[in-house]
Amino acid sequence: MESQEPARLEFEQVTVSYNDHPALSDLTFQVPYGAHVAVVGPNGSGKSTLFKALVGLLPIRSGRILIHGQPLGDHKDCVAYVPQREEVDWRFPVTVEDVVLMGRFGRLGWLKPPTQQDRAVVRRSLAQMGISRLAHRPISELSGGQQQRVFMARALAQEPHILLMDEPFTGVDIATQDATLELLSQLKEQQVTIIVSTHDLSLATGHFDQVLLLNHRLIAYGPPAQVITTQALSEAFGGRILILPGGGVVVDDCCRPEETGSGEVVAKRI
Amino acid sequence: MINWLLQPLTYGFMQRGLLASLMVGVLCAVIGCYVVLRSMAFMGDALAHAILPGVAVAYLLNGNLLIGALVAAVLVALGIGFFSRQGILKEDTAIGILFAAALALGVALISTIKTYAVDLTHILFGNILGVSVGDLWLTGGLGVLVLLTILLLYKEFMVISFDPVLAATLRLPLEWLRNLMLILLALTVVVSLQTVGVGLVAAMLVTPGATAYLLTRRLPTMMAVAAAIGAFSSLAGLYLSFYANIASGAAIVLVATAVFMLVYLLAPKRGVLWHALSGNP
Repeated sequence: MESQEPARLEFEQVTVSYNDHPALSDLTFQVPYGAHVAVVGPNGSGKSTLFKALVGLLPIRSGRILIHGQPLGDHKDCVAYVPQREEVDWRFPVTVEDVVLMGRFGRLGWLKPPTQQDRAVVRRSLAQMGISRLAHRPISELSGGQQQRVFMARALAQEPHILLMDEPFTGVDIATQDATLELLSQLKEQQVTIIVSTHDLSLATGHFDQVLLLNHRLIAYGPPAQVITTQALSEAFGGRILILPGGGVVVDDCCRPEETGSGEVVAKRI
Repeated sequence: MINWLLQPLTYGFMQRGLLASLMVGVLCAVIGCYVVLRSMAFMGDALAHAILPGVAVAYLLNGNLLIGALVAAVLVALGIGFFSRQGILKEDTAIGILFAAALALGVALISTIKTYAVDLTHILFGNILGVSVGDLWLTGGLGVLVLLTILLLYKEFMVISFDPVLAATLRLPLEWLRNLMLILLALTVVVSLQTVGVGLVAAMLVTPGATAYLLTRRLPTMMAVAAAIGAFSSLAGLYLSFYANIASGAAIVLVATAVFMLVYLLAPKRGVLWHALSGNP
């Protein structure tokens, strides 16, 4: 994908409400073009809200979001979103190829059938995610990791400038996790801006340029080494954090509320 | 055998009834695929009952009953969309309120009519043998309109049904498309009144689609199979009605249900009996 303009993503004092409760308040930050950002914060801290505001699913109460210097909504195909997998009905009668082709619908416009070029992009996206052989498989027969790859292939087919991924490392096998990281480094070369929400502090520090620590407001934002500090983490995670003697920090917040009991603990030594 | 099949067709009313029920069977089945996939069965049933006040008003005003039904169905469909927009109320709650209100209004109006007319019973249970040539044209016209819209907006309707979040990301007019689908559903319900009536429309919307869902893995094939099942049920139901002398709407629905039961038991991979025989739990 070619992108001529050296532009960026800007949040200016953005407040987003969810059923009248402010889910995000007064968020101001800038993501440089092509940067990879990890959004880290406890459950319910507004990570998904941030993404949903960015794709226009939730209205912005005040402030503004600028992409390439222009307000949100002026760009049809600019932002692709890989939602958490449970957000769609996986028994819907469509094949893997059908789902990935949906990524092209934004470009197609009304009443137009997909062209040869659209199908070529779909084939390329499937190959890039290593799921070409699943193209004609109904989505009801996929494993969790394969579902994730289908969503990522669909996002690739959108040819976005900005790619958002909600918890892509949660609940997938190691192979899919590696495939996701591999995709991130490929997209790095194509200068696609990427924002990923994750619970995994070591992934966040190891594979991203910037970390955004979130808990309804911006706690810290910058290069991982500057952001992941004991103080910032306790501010973001509150009581869900354990500071070990010797400077280690344990954050126990891996599982979503409905999954409590099967939780894992992510430890990060600072 | 051939004689057995041809004999009913010597009557003009049977020819018209057959044509009408075929069209309705196909139409209901195709839009019914979305009803099944989007869990709109309750909505379909509600729309069917909601047309009652429209019919009653049209009757009191000596107007066209189908047009009265159409106006009421579209109003209720849009009302449901209005009350459940942006998640203020859950959709099934909005349906429950408006459906009961419309039904109550319909009953209230009907109770003022002194002579409880035959026409009204026909609206409730269908009257396939009373289909006029004008009715056929109306059914055909509306049917083509609905099917054409579903065909032209195939990819948009598929995206909003499978993944509304993606639809929003692609900046599709979600609310508008949802309302359009409700209007198409309302048109279908009104057209179906002649064959199966208010009480049984929901079955014609849901049963062929649900049967096809068990047999297919892609939306276009699901629609085609559902249409075939809808057409077969209408045809077989009408013959059943002719020879066994039972109400036509009921006969059509019973055939469709029998087909569903058969498929539910025998469908490859998903059927109950298939699993038992192949040793898979």
